Amino acid sequence: MMKKVALNRRTGRLSQMTDTNLLLTITIVVFFAMYLAAMLFIGRGFLRVQTFLNILNENAALIILSCGMSLVMITGGIDISVGKLTALVCMSAAVNLDYNGGSILTSILIALGIGLAFGIVQGYLVAYLDIQPFIVTLGGMFFAKGMTTIVNATQFNVQNEAFVALKNTRIYLPVGSVNRLGKFVPAYVEIGVVVAIVTVIVLFILLRWTKLGRSLYAVGGNSQSANMLGINVRRTKFIAHLLCGLLAGIGGYVYFLHVGSGAPSHASGAEMNAIASSIIGGTMLTGGVGNIIGTFFGVLSLSTIKNIVALLGLDDAWWTNITVAAMICIFLVVQSAVLLRKKDRN
Amino acid sequence: MQKDSVLEMRGIYKSFYSVKALQDVDFTLREGEIHALMGENGAGKSTLIKVLTGVYEKDAGEVFLKGAEGAVHIKSPEDAQNAGISTVYQEITLCPNLTVAENMYIGRTKGFVTNWRQMNAGARKMLESLGIPARAEQQLGTCSIAVQQMVAIARAVDMECKVLILDEPTSSLDESEVAKLFRLMLDLKSRGVGIIFVTHFLDQVYEVCDRITVLRDGKLVGEYAIENLPRVELVSKMLGKELNDLSDIKSGDEEAHIGSEVIYEAEGLSSSAARHPFDFSIHKGEVNGFTGLLGSGRSECVRAIFGADKVTGGKVRVNGKDVRISKPRDAMKHRIGYLPEDRKRDGIVGDLSVRDNIILALQVLDGFFHPISRAKAEKAADEYIKLLEIKTASSDTPIKSLSGGNQQKVILARWLLTDPQYLILDEPTRGIDIGTKIEIQKLVLQLAEKGKSVTFISSEIDEMLRTCSRLVVMRDGKTVGELRGADLTQNKIMSTIAGGGK
Amino acid sequence: MTAETLKKTGSAGWMGLFRNQIFIPIAALLVLVIFNLIADPSFFQISYSLNSNGDPVLSGYLITILDNASELAILAIGMTLVTAASGGQDISVGATIAIAGSVVLRVLCGDNPRPDEMQASILTAFLVCCVVSMLFGAFNGALVAFLNIQPMIATLILYTAGRSIAAWINNNRLPIISDPSFGYFGTFLPGVPIPTPIFIALICMVIIALTLKFTTLGLYTQAVGINPNSAKLNGINPQMIKFITYVIMGLCVAVAGFIKVTRFSTINYSVVALDIEMDAILAVALGGNALSGGRFSMASSILGAYVIQFLTTTLFKFNVSSSALPAYKAVVVIALVVLSAPAVRAKMGKLWRSLQASKLKKEAA
Repeated sequence: MMKKVALNRRTGRLSQMTDTNLLLTITIVVFFAMYLAAMLFIGRGFLRVQTFLNILNENAALIILSCGMSLVMITGGIDISVGKLTALVCMSAAVNLDYNGGSILTSILIALGIGLAFGIVQGYLVAYLDIQPFIVTLGGMFFAKGMTTIVNATQFNVQNEAFVALKNTRIYLPVGSVNRLGKFVPAYVEIGVVVAIVTVIVLFILLRWTKLGRSLYAVGGNSQSANMLGINVRRTKFIAHLLCGLLAGIGGYVYFLHVGSGAPSHASGAEMNAIASSIIGGTMLTGGVGNIIGTFFGVLSLSTIKNIVALLGLDDAWWTNITVAAMICIFLVVQSAVLLRKKDRN
Repeated sequence: MQKDSVLEMRGIYKSFYSVKALQDVDFTLREGEIHALMGENGAGKSTLIKVLTGVYEKDAGEVFLKGAEGAVHIKSPEDAQNAGISTVYQEITLCPNLTVAENMYIGRTKGFVTNWRQMNAGARKMLESLGIPARAEQQLGTCSIAVQQMVAIARAVDMECKVLILDEPTSSLDESEVAKLFRLMLDLKSRGVGIIFVTHFLDQVYEVCDRITVLRDGKLVGEYAIENLPRVELVSKMLGKELNDLSDIKSGDEEAHIGSEVIYEAEGLSSSAARHPFDFSIHKGEVNGFTGLLGSGRSECVRAIFGADKVTGGKVRVNGKDVRISKPRDAMKHRIGYLPEDRKRDGIVGDLSVRDNIILALQVLDGFFHPISRAKAEKAADEYIKLLEIKTASSDTPIKSLSGGNQQKVILARWLLTDPQYLILDEPTRGIDIGTKIEIQKLVLQLAEKGKSVTFISSEIDEMLRTCSRLVVMRDGKTVGELRGADLTQNKIMSTIAGGGK
Repeated sequence: MTAETLKKTGSAGWMGLFRNQIFIPIAALLVLVIFNLIADPSFFQISYSLNSNGDPVLSGYLITILDNASELAILAIGMTLVTAASGGQDISVGATIAIAGSVVLRVLCGDNPRPDEMQASILTAFLVCCVVSMLFGAFNGALVAFLNIQPMIATLILYTAGRSIAAWINNNRLPIISDPSFGYFGTFLPGVPIPTPIFIALICMVIIALTLKFTTLGLYTQAVGINPNSAKLNGINPQMIKFITYVIMGLCVAVAGFIKVTRFSTINYSVVALDIEMDAILAVALGGNALSGGRFSMASSILGAYVIQFLTTTLFKFNVSSSALPAYKAVVVIALVVLSAPAVRAKMGKLWRSLQASKLKKEAA
């Protein structure tokens, strides 16, 4: 009897967790397990702090894009334009800086403006004209892709001095490692990482503690009910897309800051990486379930696995893609199995 | 606007495409009264309510609220809430992915920030005072339907409202929960809140209401004080005709045509939903019923018979032969039909035409490579539309645009077309107007006369008494008694359901 | 399917056509045709010319459209079924086309990337390619149907890995087939002036029309897409139907992949059929089918595919560079989708009615 009660309580806690928290827990546990395993069995780079920070440096833009994607996915939508939008932002900012004599400020304004414009138009079409988000953002993706080459068809590196200085700015941290010569090398992050982390924190607060944040979940859970509960569903969806567009603008600029060039091929496939990160982070495409912290760890997990594959010497181009795909696959299967079992128990 | 009224609606018009859902409807709600809004399905009750709460935009008419100058314009549920109108809708309209507390407070808190601690504490207090068995932090989707409905009610009554609308809130509640709701309503009434109450249960109307407004075919029939409108008159006003005596349906000799052969027999049958193994059998030409409170397992039992849930054990014999029924198709092959409890979720295929909905089951029986020709399908559909008097523009009309009662008839037609020897009807009359209810009851008895076996499940005991010659009583997932003949009385059934049994 | 729609429109007259689903792609096609007629009527010229083999063949923009739309039309068939049954789209088709093509070349070339003669018959290669593609379709289908994963996410896996798998199948080499008979399928059969892919697409359309006519696939997929619970209680196995639609999608991918490799007798894994999944989904949407599943019209989807190719070719003709093409395409497609959106239609209908009402009032005054 006692045993049964105890058992009930344990399974009870799992089933009492909201879906969002359950999936978030899985993601975080998997990330740490994976990183720990890499430290133990691969060693080498994974023991250095800088390796971890480089993952952040490389993926600051992706973190921001994924956050925007998660917002839209929580409302039950999707935005597949963000990757090509990033390329457009990079190209426009680059042209502004080098050909049109712009400054850092104007290039930032251009980036934000482009993102906002996409967000507003796509949000309007999705929220107020009831067109499926997939189709709308598919159009947005095509448009951004074409516009990038219309702005400038070839790749070039930005020469603007102020920008190059900003790009090379490193923020040193009080931690680091000792190199072979016994000298202490401090670890650093790029500016983009700071932007990304601020974004994550702001969005986490937004989702958790503001009315708007909870409305996003409600709309994604059941938009009809949300309407009946007195939530302005259209406005909420509009804001989600608007924020996603704006974040794509910010993320695009962070990407630009990292690579320092404009090219039509920039950030190709970033939208799929963002979707994959969101999913690994426990956001569900059906809407209503998800978490920004999870998305953050989703990006980290995705890029850690890529690093592990590279360090294992499986350098052939196809291995990374296949491993990433396998990882998405495993996550999906685990998630659906957990949620299905939970549903059965209730 | 009259002095003591909180809400007045004048000359409301609303049409959907060519269908006139409301025509020149007036409605007045006074302070501190419980006002029943009555009418058959498709009479326009839900439409009137949705116009009032801003879900639909009205075509014409004016709405006045106490405390507001002139006519008010309510364009969205948000506006309605701000104007002091709170609503519990017929279908649960909460978000399953949010917590119980969030569902109670979302969309009605001021300010930009969510205060979780305050919200959870408030919710806890409310849950406790209403005796709802749920935790504030629990995800709503994990609660039972009845609890979800109570949460919706708790949310509505907690709002500072002048007008409370309850659109069939009791359909998924058990008696004690209904009693709780009524206490709450009387309490609000004493505080001067005007309550609009929509229900199909006449008993409930006469228990709590002060006044009745009757709608029929989108038009106002009249407004009456409760003491001036006896039940029989209410029903005839709703139907627009004098009611022939309901008890006439039962001829009294339904046992006469019960054959000796056993059509279906189950031994120790259990499924993933009906966990307690049960025995059951039915004879040719017999009408039996499953009864019990909501959640007693009656639907789960018949679903197990049909193979709708995963069958986990037991022996089944059809026409005396051992068979295996593990999925609906097996049951259909043995000429068993099943009309599900939840019409919208499990019954209709909304976007498909009435014709496709009618032929669906027969088509599946015919098999993947033998599609029914269009001519044949049209003939079958027209035949049953005529036979069951289904009100539809044509057999091409999508079923979702039909009223609930007519949808139910289409599902019935679907199964009658397969010519079943054993038909299971799970709540075929729920949410259906009285006229159609009687038609369905008559149909059941006709089927039995023709030698078909029928299992009939209903929440309304008098309906079961009228049709069934044997009742299986269930409690907590177990069979607790079987009543027949002289035992088939309200009292005996009640006492068996309540406790004791055998 | 086509016959049925035609019959329906015939009986209901013009208003019926206006309300019918197929109206949207037809209207789009008409707009494009009229635009081209005004801009340059020579667009519609079809001439006889000699191809590289010295055979007389038909050429002209219309032929190009019909030829190049073949793969898209075939994919639209599968995409329509997948969309209807599972309420989601298969975004892996471009990547799985790469796999299909790679398999064909692998079977024909063996280990030698430049074989002087083919190692197996073309039919064998095609059949192996069908089997492999159907297996990959089955993989997607299993994830969607049995594990309940949203289609777009489930197919994201092969979208990510597909082109890598294709490269791996041929050890990252780019085989070239020199035998001209292989090229017949992607270009012209000797003595036939019409490109072969048009015939292949036609055959596929006939097959799907017959399938929809002589099986209950259409009814089942729609029932499953609209209400899986109800479908299940009527004896349909929703999981199996969803699964089957993905396997059919795999078959369509095999045919499309086969056409793709035979066009050039070689393959480029990272470029072949790039973004074709987007066009295929657009075709379904342009056909007026809800991307959330349920009711579908196969004829509208296929017509949608040709409309998209018509648009592409028109833009090419006006010297839009291939890299800038997507921008123009996006504008046109969004305009079409906006105009056909129910919300916009309702608003325009209201405007029209109020205009007429005011006209009547004026006349009365």
